[in-house]
Amino acid sequence: MGAWYELIYFAFRNVKLRIGLTILLFFVLAAIFAPLFARYDPNAYVGPAAHPPSPEHWFGTTTFGQDVYSQFAHGLRLTLIVGLLGGSIGTLIGILIGLISGYRGGLLDEILNMITNIVLILPTLAILIIIAAYLTVRGFLVQSVFIGLTAWPWAARAIRAQTLSLRAREFVDLARMSGRSSMKIVLTEIAPSMMSYLFMVFILQFGGAILNAATLDFIGLGPTQAFSLGLMMNNAVLWAALELGMWWWLIPPGAAITAIVGALYVMNVGLDEVFNPKLREL
Amino acid sequence: MGRYLGQKLLIYSLTFFFAVTIDWLIPRLMPGNPVDTLVSRMALRADVAAILRSYYLQAFQLDLPLWQQYLNFWGALLRGDLGVSIWLFPQPVLKLILDAVPYDLFLLLPAVILSWIAGNQVGAMAARVRWLDNSILPLGYILTATPYMWLALILAWSLGQVAGLFPIAGAYSFGIRPHLSWMFIKDLLWHWFLPFASLFLVMFGGWAIGMRNMIIYELEADYSRYLESLGAPPRLIRKYAFRNAMLPQITGLALQLGTIVAGAVATEIVFAYPGTGYLILQAVLNQDYFLLQGCFLFIITGVLIANFIIDIIYALVDPRIRTGMTGA
Amino acid sequence: MGLRVENLRVYYRTLRGYVRALEGVTFSVADGEIMGLAGESGCGKTTLGHSLIYLKPPMNYIEGQVFLDGQEVPIWDMKRMNEFRFRRISVIPQYAMNALNPTRKIGQLIADLLAAHGVDFKEILPELKRRLDLVQLSHEVLNMYPIELSGGMRQRAVMVISTLLNPSLLIADEITSALDVSTQKAVCEMIVEFRNRGFVRSTIFITHDISILYQIADTIAVMYAGQMAEKAPTEAILRSPRHPYTRMLIASLPQVGVRYREERLRGIPGAPPRLLDPPPGCRFQGRCPVAFERCVETPPFVEVEPGHFVACWREI
Ligand SMILES: Nc1ncnc2c1ncn2[C@@H]1O[C@H](COP(=O)(O)OP(=O)(O)O)[C@@H](O)[C@H]1O
Ligand code: SF4
Ligand SMILES: [Mg+2]
Repeated sequence: MGAWYELIYFAFRNVKLRIGLTILLFFVLAAIFAPLFARYDPNAYVGPAAHPPSPEHWFGTTTFGQDVYSQFAHGLRLTLIVGLLGGSIGTLIGILIGLISGYRGGLLDEILNMITNIVLILPTLAILIIIAAYLTVRGFLVQSVFIGLTAWPWAARAIRAQTLSLRAREFVDLARMSGRSSMKIVLTEIAPSMMSYLFMVFILQFGGAILNAATLDFIGLGPTQAFSLGLMMNNAVLWAALELGMWWWLIPPGAAITAIVGALYVMNVGLDEVFNPKLREL
Repeated sequence: MGRYLGQKLLIYSLTFFFAVTIDWLIPRLMPGNPVDTLVSRMALRADVAAILRSYYLQAFQLDLPLWQQYLNFWGALLRGDLGVSIWLFPQPVLKLILDAVPYDLFLLLPAVILSWIAGNQVGAMAARVRWLDNSILPLGYILTATPYMWLALILAWSLGQVAGLFPIAGAYSFGIRPHLSWMFIKDLLWHWFLPFASLFLVMFGGWAIGMRNMIIYELEADYSRYLESLGAPPRLIRKYAFRNAMLPQITGLALQLGTIVAGAVATEIVFAYPGTGYLILQAVLNQDYFLLQGCFLFIITGVLIANFIIDIIYALVDPRIRTGMTGA
Repeated sequence: MGLRVENLRVYYRTLRGYVRALEGVTFSVADGEIMGLAGESGCGKTTLGHSLIYLKPPMNYIEGQVFLDGQEVPIWDMKRMNEFRFRRISVIPQYAMNALNPTRKIGQLIADLLAAHGVDFKEILPELKRRLDLVQLSHEVLNMYPIELSGGMRQRAVMVISTLLNPSLLIADEITSALDVSTQKAVCEMIVEFRNRGFVRSTIFITHDISILYQIADTIAVMYAGQMAEKAPTEAILRSPRHPYTRMLIASLPQVGVRYREERLRGIPGAPPRLLDPPPGCRFQGRCPVAFERCVETPPFVEVEPGHFVACWREI
């Protein structure tokens, strides 16, 4: 109980964590509620073309007269969802492979290590290029899965190293001597003592997935039938927002991504300070 | 050291083999006949569709046994036959890519190397100068959280469009033909600057933060404390810490290659810079399957080569590998 | 002349207030003396050792004075201490096995360190080699990276490095704790040998394991919860301890020369006070079987017999 109380105390005291969390919460709430205030279908041609922000169209309109605010609101939602899904998948695979590899060791470890190394080197982008070339219709689920499937290796490596060091500790020995199965020991002894670490891995995977998805969408390899912030930027570039100086179309999507991912990174540093007593500032 | 590099080489060969196999497998795993899929995807005149279909049929050789198809695929690959582009029919894909590569290198090499060096220096400085730390750290986090294309867009809009200081599209001015003259080189650099700057800045943020955190970690390490208690000057302690912090930064470079490539692709698209990224966009827009596949192979190969170069550098720098003590 | 520490008070600053890790510590170590510093884990031994050479935040110097060979040592001044470090005060740290930079050859590291103190590596090399022989390390280690050595070898290398400039005071912190019994013995012999050959003059040998001090210490100082409880020649501490804590501590050990005892070892009931808000006066009060009213005042550390100091109201 005391330990929890202390953690929460330090968590609230930590400026980085507070700032990061506030920004993240703002965008999460925006992703939930902003689409409710969107008065237009993001795809529909509803206003004058290439119009700067006005009371009618808060974020202005696109080259074709679509409402930028509506696109932004829906795009934000999808970007967060893909980030969350991709980040979760990446974290889960990383945990699974890292824990098994670190706990079991031996040949299995060697094989998993080899796979980890290979996937680590393969650029996500390259794989998605090939997939995208064949899948005519791509949903955000497919995208999330592939982002998660290519993002796990560093997490697996880090978690493997942690597991190795935990495995050497006494309490795991005790558990082992009491004859419990490996799976049980991993789940009941090792994973919980790494909770804080795993949480931080997830936060980084979350941020990474958002950036990855945005880049892929921008290149034109993203979901084919939904709106994301990356896709907004892709459209803006394809339809001459730059040449026409339509800053209201160019700025919001990237600014939101930067803010969200930046908030996640800063949160991560803050969490590190909270969980790691050595770093707690005095 | 030889053993270490040998191991790496084995992993890279496996990766390449794996990548090529995936590349071959995917069209054959997809539901339906890949040739039909590819042809039907384009709205074409009937006669053009017929030409395309016969070309694809011949390229895929779907009537042969699978193992034969697979071997032929490797054979064509090793001969450098990557097929023909649809977008710029009938130019060979290999030629398009080879034309694009110099622009990729011209953009990426300086951006990666300079940002890495500058980021490490500034990060190390931030670790010991308070005001620098307080300003570099937030800036670094913002930069590294920025999507490459967005920073590119912002720079193009502000410095290019609004201020009119730099051109925002192409590798050189429309009117000029590439030739060796001061005027052309100046024009080239002028077009190069913004894409370079946006790549440089995003990467710089990441390296600076990485270095700063690594150095602080190293300064807390036991060997630093020991030196400090024996009265070694801060200069010596920082020198050791900096060297040791470099090693993970080199590894970090290898780990970041995938992201860097994606960033370069996105940046080239923003500035219509004629590298591989631009090819990929055109291939996606034009459903140019062979061109995409060529770009895929090129990126994989490039990343593998870069990885291997980094491994060699790492092995040269880390005494532990040089003396064969560890295969890390 | 040796070392003299007077009324040293060093606290750790933490978010929840000061941890009063050293509270008015007074003692001295004579020339050529090996003083064993014993006490339960967390009683402030490492803090004391660090204070004498490397007093750095979160450690906070509150008050007290330290004299080495009659000269005041400015322990509160990280910068000025550099004159003393290595040349006159040196340390073999608790983490000796990881104390060497992993990416620098040991010889180069020594050269760097010596250069920083204005000493020529070449000049000292013959002596360095003799000392490596003494601790049974081949001269080859100078050309090796720390990872090429075993943990024990690294520790011995650190022992040689730390004492290379013949310091007046050597602080050895738990250097035997991670070792097996036979290696422990060898390391202890080296420490004595270093003193006998004049590599170091006074030594503070920190350990939580009192039994190891029989072999090596001339005197033993016992700390309790940040205060000095007792200091006396080894014999006196073992035969006739005066402080109630020392008595219980000695009683809980298997006796020297006695193979085994019928009765079970007697642990000391209770736990030491939290150093964040320790009770005023003698910090042993809570566990002391003979405590009385007076004990709410801090007992002075007085010499009850020549060379035998005790901080206990019952013994004055
Ligand atoms: N960095 C620190 N911050 C706060 N308190 C500390 C710190 N280091 C040690 N302490 C406290 O100071 C006391 C003495 O510690 P230490 O000198 O390490 O004991 P010993 O070496 O005798 O085991 C302990 O109560 C410990 O909890
Ligand atoms: S001073 Fe009092 S409490 Fe402390 S040891 Fe002596 S008798 Fe016990
Ligand atoms: Mg200690």
